Amino acid sequence: MEDIATLTLAGALDGLKKKEFSSVELNQALVDSIDKKDGDLKAYLKMDPEYILKQAAESDQKRAAGDDSSLLGVPIAIKDLINVKGESCSCASRQLEKYNALYDATVAAKLRYAGAVFAGRTNMDEFAMGSSTENSAFQITRNPHNLECVPGGSSGGSAAAVAGGEAIAALGTDTGGSIRQPASFCGCVGMKPSYGRVSRYGVTAYASSLDQVGPMTKTVEDAAILLKELAGFDPHDGTTLDVKVPDYQAHLTGGMKGLKIGLPKEFYVDGSDPEVSQAVLKAVESCRAAGAEIVDVSLPHTEYAIAVYYILATAEASANLARFDGVRFGHRAESPKSVFDLYAQSRAEGFGTEVKRRIILGTYVLSSGYYDAYYGKAQKARTLIREDYTKAFEKCDVLMTPVSPTPAYKIGEASQDPLKMYLGDIFTVPANLAGICGISLPCGSTRGGLPVGLQILGPAFGEERILKTAYAFEQMQGA
Amino acid sequence: MSKYLITIGLETHVHLKTHTKMFCGCATEFGSEANTHVCPVCLGYPGALPVMNGEAIKQCVIAGLMLGCEINHYSTFDRKNYFYPDMCKDYQITQMEKPLCIGGGVTIDTPEGSRRVRIHHIHQEEDAGKIIHYARHSGVDFNRCGTPLMEIVSEPDLSSPDEAMAYLHNLRQILVYAGVSECNLEEGNMRSDVNISVRPEGQEELGIRAEIKNMNTFKGIYAALEYEIERQLYIVKKGGTITQETRRWDADLGETQSMRTKENAHDYRYFPEPDLVPVTLDKEMVEQWRAALPELPAARRERMVKEYGIPEYDAGVLADEKPNADFFEIAAKLCGEFKTLSNWFMTDVMCLLSESGKTITQCSLTPKSLAELVTLVKKGVINGPTAKELLPELFNDGLMPAKMVEERGLAQVSDSGALESFMNEVFEANEKSVADYLAGKKAAAGYLTGQVMKLSRGKADPKLVNKMIAEKFAGMGG
Ligand SMILES: [Zn+2]
Repeated sequence: MEDIATLTLAGALDGLKKKEFSSVELNQALVDSIDKKDGDLKAYLKMDPEYILKQAAESDQKRAAGDDSSLLGVPIAIKDLINVKGESCSCASRQLEKYNALYDATVAAKLRYAGAVFAGRTNMDEFAMGSSTENSAFQITRNPHNLECVPGGSSGGSAAAVAGGEAIAALGTDTGGSIRQPASFCGCVGMKPSYGRVSRYGVTAYASSLDQVGPMTKTVEDAAILLKELAGFDPHDGTTLDVKVPDYQAHLTGGMKGLKIGLPKEFYVDGSDPEVSQAVLKAVESCRAAGAEIVDVSLPHTEYAIAVYYILATAEASANLARFDGVRFGHRAESPKSVFDLYAQSRAEGFGTEVKRRIILGTYVLSSGYYDAYYGKAQKARTLIREDYTKAFEKCDVLMTPVSPTPAYKIGEASQDPLKMYLGDIFTVPANLAGICGISLPCGSTRGGLPVGLQILGPAFGEERILKTAYAFEQMQGA
Repeated sequence: MSKYLITIGLETHVHLKTHTKMFCGCATEFGSEANTHVCPVCLGYPGALPVMNGEAIKQCVIAGLMLGCEINHYSTFDRKNYFYPDMCKDYQITQMEKPLCIGGGVTIDTPEGSRRVRIHHIHQEEDAGKIIHYARHSGVDFNRCGTPLMEIVSEPDLSSPDEAMAYLHNLRQILVYAGVSECNLEEGNMRSDVNISVRPEGQEELGIRAEIKNMNTFKGIYAALEYEIERQLYIVKKGGTITQETRRWDADLGETQSMRTKENAHDYRYFPEPDLVPVTLDKEMVEQWRAALPELPAARRERMVKEYGIPEYDAGVLADEKPNADFFEIAAKLCGEFKTLSNWFMTDVMCLLSESGKTITQCSLTPKSLAELVTLVKKGVINGPTAKELLPELFNDGLMPAKMVEERGLAQVSDSGALESFMNEVFEANEKSVADYLAGKKAAAGYLTGQVMKLSRGKADPKLVNKMIAEKFAGMGG
């Protein structure tokens, strides 16, 4: 019999529905797989077999009683910054090492409502700050395709778990590429929904105007299934939009014919790894061959995206992370001499290097005398970047680009040079700045056997469009 | 010796009268057990997000309309960053760039005539928690954290502590009339920061200012202003310079003390609050709110003079506190005796209020019970002195006068037969007074009336007694 731990979300749901196996059997298979593999991969920060199997047994009882909830009995791995009531939620930080969530994030409540099993807490860069998951305070996650390589980040644990057969599907968050880039590095599907499509309530904030929760799955169909459960207006999050959630799965039809695919010239410049460029251009070519129209577009302000992102994201982070001061939240220093000392010591001890770097950067760009030059200018540039995309989508339905200039790199290779690591986000951050949606899916691999991802970008609230395109491409690949 | 000019500006924080907090569903109730009105949002739990309280926005806009402000139909919120244990998030959600209300003003009376004190803007924000110090540690009560607060920032248009008082008094009156705040000073509903500077007459440019933070009584503000002006004048007259700084008022010592100088001033690093979308106000809706605005105190005074024919002075006293004017108007409609009612209110009722330290809404007197009392006197069922004796029980115990009169048999005696016999008894027992009267000492009649009242145990109608005594003397040739 096929190992049920390797099933897709759609396959697992189908098997459960047809009673080919129980939720307990499915979850036990996953637990066994994690036991076997996670010593190497280290994708999970926490995984409690007893807790998982208890949920599984309950969902089997529900199914026996006629419950037919959409995700009933399927384990979903959760990035460790999404609050699930009663579970730990460390954000891979010493600050919250002993923290247990007091309430359900809206996405957690939605999964609970849909009957999903909370499968474990996946590793990440501390407070989602990083692109390799090396900034976790607790462990280094490895790439399932090459254990010497990083899985990408910040949702590296979720990507490695899904790609490594340790999870059916997972949730990640994407502030500047944190779902799409690890999906690309690990060879799975990762989707960043449009800003306002999925509630951020209960998702520990990194950069509030950029963060989005999204699915990390084995197939495009799985992404469509999971996104439908996550999306929608939330009265607890004023930045969600009251736009009807389409049946994404129903859009997974047809081929490439009639589709207008834009190639932004700013994304195809020297500097990318040739193997990445070749794989992506080959993918574009196959779309053309399948009947899509390829048009050249320009996103002239792309060159400012990295600077704008690292100003706005860090500014917001400097405020969002202020609460981890040892008073109510976060690690508390042993014997401070004053309240100020309590703040200073607790934060110095509790935060890792990258988080401190970003808090300092964010504090600096907001300081009086510097605000206009940095934050103010970055906001204006953000508007220009957003307009670039609005104009581009007048000429085409979707954009196709690489996800990252490089495939997964060696552990330790980039972490010494933060600027180099920041530049690796060049193809992913513009989508967050523009508030549009994007998906990353595998489109080939390097000679060394590392996956290469293809990024498909769509206009805000155009998720069905990129899912449809990605699905068509995936079908062509498989064929 | 040159004269000095004083410049004062106020930033007044006022709690709005919403049932729930600014960004969550917690109650805004005052005086509950510590940390009982809290939730992940107002405690700043990781991942929690603020949600706008539309009622708070409406109340702030109504306050703005009452104060003659221009309303920003597109308004945004900002984060103000500072570390302090009374605010879990370590930033306050407030408005910096585009506040809800711009301009406006408060008219005050000064010895030189009435003058408009300009308002710079009004913005909406959330309050912080309350720090409580114990012997060996400190605690924070977060019940107040997240309570909707509006900050009314005046222009530096005030030139004396008296003007500052007049401004605050009128501002408070308007906000209470607007129905947007109780402005209860004891509960910290209305707190002010003051900015003060002095400069020699003839100098255009304002002097260097000091700010005194967070005072919640008018008395304290007045004393702090007086002290601070004195302090600054002393320095300037000696040829010294004022330090730009933030100071604190120590009510026990009766002095202001330095908290931090400009060099150590906070850099609040304001930036747009990304968790809240801008507030857009529909123009038509704001016009509807404007059309439904309650009366301003001055308009009410005028109307009360016209409608009830009471003197301007009376109307002024009554309208000073909105609940008093409300009480009067309800009672007036019940008894129709406007001037008499006004007299009762302004003398006996206000006397009881000041003795008890209660407000009209806190005591047990109702418009109905006072109206009934006035009617009983008017109809001659009881006399004035009896009514005055009953009032404290109406005030303290909420009793109804008609029922008391009936149960206690207090109706006044106007039966001339009964009075006749009381009178005869008195005349017999007081021959000397009768003789005095007949000898020309008319004052003796008063004594005799008093004796008749005494015999009737206060229930005789004194006017009738007077009349009967006069008639009797007339018959005796007096
Ligand atoms: Zn609350």
